[in-house]
Amino acid sequence: MTDRSTLAGNGRKIEKGYNFAFLDEFTKREIRRKILKAVAIPGYQVPFGSREMPLAKGWGTGGIQITLSIIGEPDVLKVIDQGSDDSVNAVNIRNLVERMTGAQTTADTTKATIIQTRHRIPEEVLKAEQIVVFQVPFPEPLRSIEPSEQVTRQMHARKDYSGMWLHLYEDIVKHGRITIGARYPVMVNGRYLMDPSPIPRWDVPRLDQAPVLHLFCAGREKRIYAIAPYTSVEPLEFEDYTFEVEDFSGKICERCGSSDTFLDEMIDETTGSKKYFCSDTSFCDKRQGSGEI
Amino acid sequence: MNCSVGEGTGKEKRQEMEIKKEMGEHDTGWALKVSDLTRIYGSSCPDCIEKTGPGKGTNICPVCGSVVACAGISFEVMPGEILGIVGESGSGKSTIVRCLYFDMEPTCGEAYLRCYGDENIFQVSSQEKQTIRNLHTGMVYQNPQLGLKFDITSGGNIAEKLLAANWRNVGRIRERAGELLERTEIPLARMDDMPRNFSGGMQQRVQIAKALANDPDVLLLDELTTGLDVSVQARILDLIKDIRRNTEAAMVLITHDLGVIRLLAERTIVLKNGRIVEAGLTDQILEDPQHEYTQLLVNSVL
Repeated sequence: MTDRSTLAGNGRKIEKGYNFAFLDEFTKREIRRKILKAVAIPGYQVPFGSREMPLAKGWGTGGIQITLSIIGEPDVLKVIDQGSDDSVNAVNIRNLVERMTGAQTTADTTKATIIQTRHRIPEEVLKAEQIVVFQVPFPEPLRSIEPSEQVTRQMHARKDYSGMWLHLYEDIVKHGRITIGARYPVMVNGRYLMDPSPIPRWDVPRLDQAPVLHLFCAGREKRIYAIAPYTSVEPLEFEDYTFEVEDFSGKICERCGSSDTFLDEMIDETTGSKKYFCSDTSFCDKRQGSGEI
Repeated sequence: MNCSVGEGTGKEKRQEMEIKKEMGEHDTGWALKVSDLTRIYGSSCPDCIEKTGPGKGTNICPVCGSVVACAGISFEVMPGEILGIVGESGSGKSTIVRCLYFDMEPTCGEAYLRCYGDENIFQVSSQEKQTIRNLHTGMVYQNPQLGLKFDITSGGNIAEKLLAANWRNVGRIRERAGELLERTEIPLARMDDMPRNFSGGMQQRVQIAKALANDPDVLLLDELTTGLDVSVQARILDLIKDIRRNTEAAMVLITHDLGVIRLLAERTIVLKNGRIVEAGLTDQILEDPQHEYTQLLVNSVL
């Protein structure tokens, strides 16, 4: 087979015959401009011309377009899927970016400059230089109560969120508590209601006043939105029915013994007993190694 | 067309008001003032207004085919007063209240709420309109399907108004919803049931409870007893009387039933082909109708 690779500016091998970072320059410019607008109006969904990607829609086409638009040769990329660096989806996205840009990749959260994620925020405290890119399936938090896009945009413009509050009220009346698991609606900067992508409730408080830049992108729905660093993010809650994160009291990770991380429940097929493991695999590996973080 | 009555000079009026104030009587100023409200459906041409109306016997413009639903509608409603609007179907009654509740935009015209200040409420931003709609006005539609969400509990329907007014305590919301349901004679046990499972009269009472949730300054009632049986009608009319006794809300009552008007409204406006043909005290209008159409209306009562 002939060698289809060439050398990038940093001396690493990249695929021949493609523009740097796969997307053409005009596309990258458009997406960067939309990102700037999204950062300027935190929580507001900015429409953009989502491109066809070498990835099926629903598998992170939004996240990858942002990553490819902002990445440069010196960047270090980490990609996780529900906290795991090793899922097929995460590995494929990482390989694609590596082959198209020559950028380094890592599983270590602290070493990454860009973290693309599906359904989780890494456990370790993120620093101001880092950017988190979320893959978003449904960008519209009001969709569950209003099917029309025209109407939901009017609702955002009028800051008319009583329908969402009513949804929570009805939940409490029917079930005695708010039953939303992932995709918990949040108010960003006291203005826009936002869908934080399907991260667990556990991760929601970590968006508030975070030093990192959070970028969200839905490829199929063609929307980009953002939370600028140090922006207030408040989950909707009532005075007498407050927002609560998942309760893991009395449960620890079977591998690293952690009791302060988000745990996945597994059922042992032979014994039928429940076991718990850290959802963030690289964090779990690290803690097993050093026993300190 | 203008229905405001020239009552003496401005100076005299002011003096009168000052005297009343000194005597400890409360402010007699209007709560809702509408002037020159016009709504035209279609392209509309300069001849629309001139070539339609009761004189022409139509509200369809012969030149451009636009429908002049209502034109030049002006009236004032005092706090605690019920103003009746009667007219045959298609005379533009509902258009007036739908405009006032921002369900549709008027073609031109002005409306003022005393509690909101001296800004024309048709001109404010949509965010402001929503505040006015939720905090200062309440609406009861003829068809409960328009006013209620049928797949949300009756308590939830009332809660929607309270949530829009930034109530954020479920316990207090339920307390308030319970109060309102009690007042409108709906058993508390039905608070967590869907209005779809309610009778027509009960649905209408839930709508009234919802409209009252934030103690509105203006209550818009669009054919609220139409289609209900007579005993249920009587209870709803009693409820409206009770609201008039206990609140300061200005009410606009739309109906084609002169009996309802006679029972509730102090003053009445008669509409035909989108124009006011007669306005005045209800008794006067019913006992001594001046306009031809009003005479026909009064004589047609069974």
